[in-house]
This record gives sequence, C-alpha cells and structure tokens, in this order.
Amino acid sequence: MSDPTVTQDLIKGADEPTASPVAVKDSRRSLWRDTWDILKRRKIFWISLVMLILFLAMAAFPSLFTHKDPEYATLAKSMEGPSSEAWFGYDLQGRDVFARAVYGARTSIVVGVLATLATVLIGGLTGVLAAYFGRWLDAIVSRVGEMLLGLPYVLGAIIILGTIAPAQSNPGKVMIMAVVIIVLALLGWPILMRIARSAVIQAKHQDYVQAARALGAGPMRIIFRHLLPNSLAPILVYATITIGSFIGAEATLSLLGIGLRSPVISWGIAIADHASYIRTAPHAMFFPAAFLSLCVLTFVMLGEAVRDALDPKLR
Amino acid sequence: MTEVLSEQVGRGSHGGALLEVDNLHVEFRTRAGVAKAVNGVTYSVDAGETLAVLGESGSGKSVTAQTIMGILDMPPGKITGGEIRFRGVDLLKLPEDQRRKIRGEGISMVFQDALSALNPVFPVGWQIAEMFRTHRGTSRAEAKKKAIELMDRVRIPAAKDRVNDFPHQFSGGMRQRIMIAMAIALDPEILIADEPTTALDVTVQAQIMGLLAELQRDSNMGLILITHDLGVVADVADKIAVMYGGRIVEHATVHDLYKSPAHPYSKGLLESIPRVDHKGKELYAIKGLPPNLLEMPTGCAFHPRCPYRRDNCVTDVPPLYTISGTRGSACHYWREVIDEG
Amino acid sequence: MKADAESILEVRDLVKHFPLTQGIVVKRQIGAIKAVDGVSFDLHRGETLGIVGESGCGKSTLAKLLMALERPTSGSVRIRGKDITAARGAELKRMRRNIQMVMQDPYTSLNPRMTVGDIVGEPFEIHPDVAPKGDRRRRVQELLEVVGLNPDHINRYPHQFSGGQRQRIGIARGLALQPEIIICDEPVSALDVSIQAQVMNLLERLQDEFDLSYIFIAHDLSVVRHISDRVAVMYLGKIVELGSDSEIYDTPTHPYTQALLSAVPVPDPEGRETRQRIILQGDPPSPANPPSGCHFRTRCWKAQDICAEQRPALEVRPGSAHPSACHFAEVRDVVNAK
Repeated sequence: MSDPTVTQDLIKGADEPTASPVAVKDSRRSLWRDTWDILKRRKIFWISLVMLILFLAMAAFPSLFTHKDPEYATLAKSMEGPSSEAWFGYDLQGRDVFARAVYGARTSIVVGVLATLATVLIGGLTGVLAAYFGRWLDAIVSRVGEMLLGLPYVLGAIIILGTIAPAQSNPGKVMIMAVVIIVLALLGWPILMRIARSAVIQAKHQDYVQAARALGAGPMRIIFRHLLPNSLAPILVYATITIGSFIGAEATLSLLGIGLRSPVISWGIAIADHASYIRTAPHAMFFPAAFLSLCVLTFVMLGEAVRDALDPKLR
Repeated sequence: MTEVLSEQVGRGSHGGALLEVDNLHVEFRTRAGVAKAVNGVTYSVDAGETLAVLGESGSGKSVTAQTIMGILDMPPGKITGGEIRFRGVDLLKLPEDQRRKIRGEGISMVFQDALSALNPVFPVGWQIAEMFRTHRGTSRAEAKKKAIELMDRVRIPAAKDRVNDFPHQFSGGMRQRIMIAMAIALDPEILIADEPTTALDVTVQAQIMGLLAELQRDSNMGLILITHDLGVVADVADKIAVMYGGRIVEHATVHDLYKSPAHPYSKGLLESIPRVDHKGKELYAIKGLPPNLLEMPTGCAFHPRCPYRRDNCVTDVPPLYTISGTRGSACHYWREVIDEG
Repeated sequence: MKADAESILEVRDLVKHFPLTQGIVVKRQIGAIKAVDGVSFDLHRGETLGIVGESGCGKSTLAKLLMALERPTSGSVRIRGKDITAARGAELKRMRRNIQMVMQDPYTSLNPRMTVGDIVGEPFEIHPDVAPKGDRRRRVQELLEVVGLNPDHINRYPHQFSGGQRQRIGIARGLALQPEIIICDEPVSALDVSIQAQVMNLLERLQDEFDLSYIFIAHDLSVVRHISDRVAVMYLGKIVELGSDSEIYDTPTHPYTQALLSAVPVPDPEGRETRQRIILQGDPPSPANPPSGCHFRTRCWKAQDICAEQRPALEVRPGSAHPSACHFAEVRDVVNAK
C-alpha cells in the first residue's frame, strides 16, 4: 500500500486552480540551488559580479591599482588634464585623480555596506518583531516608520548632520564616517522594516508555523527557524539595491558639505570639491563621478539579478 | 486512435459530432525539460450530451479544456499536433478574431475558482452585461436588462436588487452562479465546466449541479464536465473519458464504466472509494505515484502502478482498443480487467 | 468498536467568538463571529470521532481550540482531566506532547527551507528530554519508515516530494512525541483520489499500532464514515447531531444531517434518475449574524414558529437513541433509500 521510493516528482496542477501545470522541479534541487541555476545563466549577474569583485579589490588593496600616493600634492600641476603620466589628470590641489578615485572606493563602499548592514539589522529586527508580536508593538513601530518615511531623505540628513557635525566643525575620520553611517541607517530602516514586516506577516499564517506552535515551539524558534528563513529573500534583494543607493546618498551629503569631508578620501568629496570647476577642469569631477555611478550600478544590477532569480514566477 | 474516432462520429449535419478533439498533443517547454501534458487525446461531444472527463491533477484534463477554449498560455504551452473541430471546422487553424467570436457564443467555460475569475472592481451585473455589449453591441440599458434576466435564470434571489453588487458581496455558491450566467449569456452550444463545484460545499454543490443539468436540458447544450469526483460523474454524465498521464485510457458510457471498468486505472479508482461494506477494512489503494510528465514511463504510462502488468506493457504503448461502438480501453489486457470486474 | 469507556478528551461548552471591531484608533466592538458556539463531546481512548460540516461551520476553529492554538472565549478542553485552555508556559508545552495534529494542505504545512530530517526532528529539539541528541537521527529515520517513506531521504526538501508523501512527513512529525490524541484536519482533501486511500490506510494502521485516538475533521462524508467510530455533525458553530457512524448514516434524525447525506453524490449511476434528493435552498447564514432559535431553521423544510423562538438542545429525543438538536427530530434513511 505504500510508496516507499521517492524517485518521481509530480507535476502539480489541479491543486492550484489557476496555476499552469508546469511547476516542474528536478528532484535533486534545493530552493537556493534553483536560484543559483538561474543566476549563473544571467549575463547581467556575471557582469555585475566581475565589477563587484573589481571594486571590492580596489577597496581592500588600493595599492594594487595605483602606485601613486593619493595625498601627494603638487600644486603646480593643479587641474592639469589627463596625460600618459596621470591617466585621469590632477585635481585642484594637484593630486592624482585616478589614485584618489581608487582610494575613495574604500570609504564609499565601507559606508555603503556598513550603513546597509545597520539598516538591515534595525529594519529587519523591528519588522520581524512588529509582525510577529503585532498589537501595540506593531502599531508603534509602523507609525514611527511612517513618520520617518514622510520626512524627505536629504532634508532629514541635513537636519541631523547639521546638528551633530556642522559644516565648520572638524571631527575625526572615523567619527565622521560613523555619524554618516548612523544617519543613513536611521533614515533608511523604515523601508526595510516594511519589507520584513510584510514578508513575516505572510509567512506567519502558513500552516508550518501553526504546526511548530502546536509542537510547543517558543517565539525565538519560530522567528529564527521558520519566519526568518522564509522572509529573507525580499530583504536580501532590497539590501543589495540599498548598498548602491547609500553610496550615492553619501556622495550627495558630501556635495552638500555636511557628509564626509577631508581628510577622508571618497568619491562624494571629490565630486563636491570640484563641482564648481566643472567648466574649467571637467576631468577632476568626471572620473570620481564615473566610478561612483559604476559602483552604484553594480550593486543595483546585482540586486535585480538576485531578485529575478528568487522570483518563483520566473521559474 | 483516429480509426476509433471515425467509428464514433457520423452524427450532425457536417458528418461529425458538434465538438471533436482529435489526437491532440500539447507540450510545456520548461526549464527542467519538455512536459508532455496531452498525448493524443480524442473525444467528442454532441448537443444535449454530457461528457465527463475524469482524471487527477496532471492528467491533462484541464490543459485539453484550455486548448479547446484557446486560453492556453503559449509559451510555455505548445500545441504539437491534432485538431479541434467545432461544427467540422478546425479551431486551431482559425485566425484569432474568428476564434474570439466562437469563444462565448459557440463554446464557453465555467472555472473552478469563481472569485478569481470575476473582476473584483466591477459590479456583477456590469460584467454579465459586458458579454452582450462586446459580442452583440447591445445598448447599455438593454444589456443590463438581459443581465438581470440571466441572474434570474441561474436563480440568484432578488436579482434586480443585486445586479449592482460586487463579487465579494456574494457567497461562493452565488459567485459560481454568476460565472454560469456569464458562460451561458450568449447561448453557447458547448459549455465546458472545469471542476465547477470543487471549491463548494456539498449542499451547494448539489444546487449548482442541478442548475447546470437544468440549463443543459433547456438549451440542449453539450456539456464537458471536467472533474476528479467519481460521485459527481456518476450523477450527471452520459459518457466518460478517463485520463491518465495525458492520454485517454478508457472511454465508455457511464453505466458501462461503473459496472465493469475496462482499464486497471479506472478500476482502481472505483475500488478505492470508501464503501459501507468495507468499513473497518483496509481500502484498496492504487500503489505508487502518478507519472512525472517529464519522464514518462515507457510503454503504458500506468505500468509501474498496474496489477495486470506483463512484460509487453513496459515496452509497447497500448492503442485505444475498441471494445464496442461506445467503448474503448488503452490496456493490452482489457478483456481480463472486464472479466474480473 | 475498539473504543472502551475511558474518556481521554472532554470538551465542555466550548465557545469561541471572534470580535468584529470598527475604528482605527479607538476600537469599538460591533459584534462577534460565533465560530464555535457551545460545543461539548468526549473522545474515548482508541476511538475515532469524525466531525463533519460545511465551510464556516467552525470545525477548523474547533481544531485550533483543541490544539490550544487559539484561546476559547469560554468552556474547557480537558485532556486526561487537565484543562489545556487554562495551561500556560511549561505546563502547556508538556500537555502538547499528548495532542498533535495533521494538517490539510501538505504544501503549506511543511517549512520549505527545512529538510525532512529537520522537520520530523523538530519535536525532539523542542522537547529535548524525549530523545537524547545522539539518538535523534535514528528516531527520525524510524518515523519515516513507519509512515512508509524511505529513511534515506532524510536530507531532502519538502518540494522534492509529492503531495501524498508530504502528508506522510506531516504525519511522522505528529507522531514524534508519541501523543495519544491526533487531530486530523481534512488530512486527505488536498490529495488526489488515488493517493487518498493510501493515506487513509496509513492513518488506520498507525491507530492500531500506537493506540491513537483521532479527531477526524472532514467535509467528505464517505471518508469520515470509513474511518470514524462516532460522528458529530456541525452547523454554524454547534453540534446538531452526534452518534455512532451507523446511527448518523443510517438513521439520521436532524434535517441538516439528512440534507447533507442526501446531497453527497453516490458513485454509482444505477437508479440515479429515481434517487430522492433533498436540495437545500440558499447558503448557510453568516456566523456573525446567525438566525434566532435553531440556526438551521432558515434552510429547513420542517421549520415552525417554535424553531425561531426556542433553541433546540442536543439531546436524545423520542424515536431515536442518539442526541439530535432538532425539535422535530425524526429518523429518515436518506442514504439507502432509493
């Protein structure tokens, strides 16, 4: 009477009234394997991956990409255009633009990644807790999130940064980076909270969560074993896109003079410093801006590729 | 299989049944491979006749219906062979605008899930009336009047007051009635009902099946009832086509099939129904699992689960053997199966 | 009947009302959905009690109340004398060992991100004293074997199994803590016909092997009849008739039971033209606003004035040996009548 061998897999169809009967799966696949299989056949994934590795290497070992010192200034060469000696030319203070662009990668990526990490932690945690416990906790978290979302991003950052680290002040390198990261995370977590919250609310009503409760599982087990693994996909996808947008946001704040500032080297600062010389020496701004755009593009493309691969409808 | 078909036909003015599906093949191209959903299905329905297509999920019964209606998703679906003749004309060769005309006026369909088949943002009366406006160019006022008439006809109480209500304001049974009203709005000659009562409660199911039977009697429609419920089939069908693994494994009149099934699969299904005199005993269960459409078993698709299996079942695909004018079985050993029945 | 007199589960006057509220900031209760509205029954050791009823009759809410997944508005559920609705914390966790469930949908009842081994082994992780750590893998494999799955497939994921096999995984998980009571909430209704019989047979075999008591909730009356020793018929949150399987199926006295039985299509075309059918009019009323008196009176062909005024109690009435909640209870055989 039994069917002890699990060698065949069904094509499910009639279980879901509208589904096309083609949800075919190979029997040796896990969900992450499936994702990987789709990813590895996407050109956009490989392009963004190669670029990502390039940028990460640049951030980790800038000296591999240039032997020049980004701090070394020869005022005589100020604003000199690209040449065989300096591919990207020299900036206002006569520093090598290429070297500064390479060294700027570290700051920009560190800020982007750390701010995203903080955003995911704050937003993910509040979202999961709000969705799981509901009631007043959900009400408070949701309302606070909505208030922050209502605040224009840049305006919020100007107000906070303008108070903590006004443009004239001269905070240390680490300090200013930390402040910028905190501000970005503070203003960015509500979106992630909402994504995590809706994913968890969806997972919460699944039967397997009920079954775990019936077995006597506590909230910690239910959250970490059942809810989080099944809500991770949308969070992950949004996070990759967020890294890119945070790197851009960091540059915006620098341009406004309230974000990172010298002696820190970053793309944003480089753009800010040379924005007013765009007619006389476009190269000084163009190259850091190009690096910035490419890096943002890399993360956004990666995020899109991951999102597509995780979307079960495309399988 | 076409020989078997030609024995069955011969009715109707064009020399065939009203609707004939002839050796239809449909595939789905998926990432994991080619799923052969329909592998040479042949059946026919005449006016006033009820054909029940019986099968489990993945048997191809719904895909065949979707292909008849021309609502199959292509891709991933692909029709790789066969004909669907309505009044003798092959629908698969018609241009899209002519097919659209047949949809609704010639052949119409009722779906399992009435809630998702109705548009939530329009009143139900408007949705029924739209059938007249788009197909017949009826004026708004006239179309609304007809919608109310139809709602009366499918026994929606106080149709006049409810014509402006939205789908979510109706119960599941009432929504299914609205779906039926839309399906019969243009007096189709063939109505396909795909699991029309699966989502409904037993008492409501009885109402809906009664309604369908009545409408069919009144307008002499041909009815194709797609279902997995052996009880519903026994209640309303004139003839039955049993599908397994994308093929028809047995076709027969309802009385013949229930009295003495000629295919081991139909026989197994009938025997696995819990019966009063089997109480407390183990139920008969067909062993194993339905076939994987990506890797169909060789020979007869049912052979891995079949108690009558011999060596040639593994190698030779059984044709649809003709047992009598109204009866066929795709089993090499159908005689044995009938004799034991 | 294998059931002896020992009651293992006693349900008394169980009520669950879901409040209907209005307003966003200040919530005002404007009514209640009376999902379960005064249900009492006993479950004996080794017995199967079938619960039948249509959607919205409260049978699934009842299952959640028995499992302590919802708190009742009032009433008690005693398992071996202890009220699970009053239990909290460690005591509730201990009581859960004795009552487990098998769910309807084999596709949503297993966590897609966990392997079969993790799913079936999770009960041991939650209750570590049931099986020592080194023993767990073996226990899980034993359980898989018991339910007819290949124990080597412990590392596979749920989506690699068919619906029937997934249901077996769910059953193995329910068995892990060796409960005495298993609540089966529509365990076969999502499965293909040819697979339903396999799972039914498995449930019956396990009952004999482990001396289990089942509450078997289903809408398919023939399935319920096959497996149940006693059957309770529910309508709008109440049990309207309760009796042994032959009492309910052969001598039903409540009009709703009669209508339900007669509506079930018989899988036999012989004599279908002459078969007597009771076809009820309309749909079940909303549990948020049930009719006064007898809940069934709006669809009942026997309804009189008294039905609107007096709520009929579930009690044994003249002419029949089993309790029925109808003022005009009367035996009528609808299944065997032609």
